[in-house]
Amino acid sequence: MSTTAQHPGRSLRWPIVGEPPYEGSRIPARIPTILDVPAGLADTDDILQVNFGPNHPSTHGVLRLIVDLDGEEVVGLSAVIGYLHTGFEKSMEQKTWWKAITYPERIDYVGYQNNELVFVLAIEKMLQLEVPEKATWMRMLMCELNRIHSHLVFLGTSALELGAISMFWYCFRERETILDLFELVAGQRMHTRYFQAGGLAEDIPSGFYPEAHKFVEWMPHALDDYLRLLDRNQIWLERTKGVGLLSADDAIALGQSGPVLRASGVDWDLRRDEMYLAYDQVDFKVPVYTGCDVYDRYRVRMDEMAESVKIVRQCLDRLERMEGQPWIADDRKVVLPPREELHTSMESLIHHFKIVTEGYRVPAGEVYVAIESPRGESGCYVVSDGGPKPWRVHFRAPSFAALQATATCAKGALIADLIAIVGSLDAVMGDTDR
Amino acid sequence: MTDYSNVPGLLETKEALGETTVVVDRASLRAACEYARDELGFAFLADIVATDYLDWAGKGVAGYIGTATGRDLNRPMTQGLQALPDVKPARFSLSYHLLALRQGAPRLRLQCWLEENDTVDSVVPVWPAADWFEREQFDLMGIRFDGHANLVRLLMEDDWEGHPLRKDYPIGGEPVRFSPAE
Repeated sequence: MSTTAQHPGRSLRWPIVGEPPYEGSRIPARIPTILDVPAGLADTDDILQVNFGPNHPSTHGVLRLIVDLDGEEVVGLSAVIGYLHTGFEKSMEQKTWWKAITYPERIDYVGYQNNELVFVLAIEKMLQLEVPEKATWMRMLMCELNRIHSHLVFLGTSALELGAISMFWYCFRERETILDLFELVAGQRMHTRYFQAGGLAEDIPSGFYPEAHKFVEWMPHALDDYLRLLDRNQIWLERTKGVGLLSADDAIALGQSGPVLRASGVDWDLRRDEMYLAYDQVDFKVPVYTGCDVYDRYRVRMDEMAESVKIVRQCLDRLERMEGQPWIADDRKVVLPPREELHTSMESLIHHFKIVTEGYRVPAGEVYVAIESPRGESGCYVVSDGGPKPWRVHFRAPSFAALQATATCAKGALIADLIAIVGSLDAVMGDTDR
Repeated sequence: MTDYSNVPGLLETKEALGETTVVVDRASLRAACEYARDELGFAFLADIVATDYLDWAGKGVAGYIGTATGRDLNRPMTQGLQALPDVKPARFSLSYHLLALRQGAPRLRLQCWLEENDTVDSVVPVWPAADWFEREQFDLMGIRFDGHANLVRLLMEDDWEGHPLRKDYPIGGEPVRFSPAE
């Protein structure tokens, strides 16, 4: 136990392993997300204020950091976000539940499949819809492929920013393979809209399995390659080890989740600890590291990719034995009727027309559903008034929470470290700004 | 089962769809949060979200077909009573989604209700993570948090007028910048 009694994130008990890298809390005292220039330095001429972003290539989008520098050292920092705010939550209130499913994918445009899942799970929870087993396993497979995809984007871009340009090409090569798999299944490389309330939009094409097996066979080799490229690279190690420290207590207090939390020695993964889909029936480990730095965040993601490949393989085994099983619930009030029935059945035509025009109705109530997205706890809070449109939709964006830790991680860092730190928090600005 | 009877300012405990909602008095929200963190072990603040219930259930009964408890959509062709959703105690609900990092991942929704000009205590001293969460709700929903050191707009521009997620904020009604009419 490494808790301190006065710590803002203190709890009765939680699964922390390892020793904290520093004593007490490093969260800025006045405002948790703003690093203030120390009083003695503030009025001197030594401080150079630099505008880092919003169009800096290493801000992963449009993050703007206002950085106060004393020489090379970061002494003040505040983040400005909102450049990508597109009002998704407001837009979704104007769409029927059925049509709103396209929006969450575009919020976190790197972990799109997971974001789609969390919204669909929220609808299903309100409808209390039973989902066929095949759909559950395919969802799991798609989400794990998407997790690998997301971590590959992280790895490629973060390494690129620190000068390891070749990593970007290797990671994006494997990413292309994953996108091809998505295209094979859903017809879209990204933003597939493959998950429907009740199951999947289409059955899995038979050509998917051999291609997916090829990927599963290849990916562990690719991961070995990445490790060989980076893990013995002195520059990579020196730029990531011991940089951007965030203790377990601080991480919890700042609402960090996912790989950032696990790199700080908190053994916590919603896939295992708050089971959803069929994660209790697959065998996987939750990687936990205790270094609390940029390097360990990279290691957590590397290990997670290997674990995701394992999950994908198990899903494939199960799905191949489910040939011919239904992929979507048989509930004509919510689920579109099969296309071929529209020519012969009047009832089906009416149901199709009603769902597409008016949409299905969701019983009144409120739910909060959370899943482990590649970036951490991705939550969806929805309120329904019993009508065909959501009354309120809100997303708990893991990137939004992750960026709150920038000021804490950047304490005492150099300007060059800042690039490593922002990369390691793996924020997607679409997710942050929504 | 966790016992919520000692939560400060407790008004109501609701169980629905496997989720626990504890409604507390607006004035004791901060005390309730501290209690939830220290005594109940909810160390992790997942989210703060406000909902505007302006004109809730105002669309008339015709649009709502269901039973008193909500329509059972798993049984097609259920045509029961026509029921309006429950009346809400105030215009805004403010929900704090809490998570305890322990076996079973228990979650709790701490909720309080506010009228338009009501304010609520900031919980940044309880969970630093609340900083941006509160700023976002202030920005988009216009909820004011007492004691927040930096309660300024976060996602919208600094000089934006109105709070876009409120139900009375017009759709497509924002002024066009640099237009002849300006």
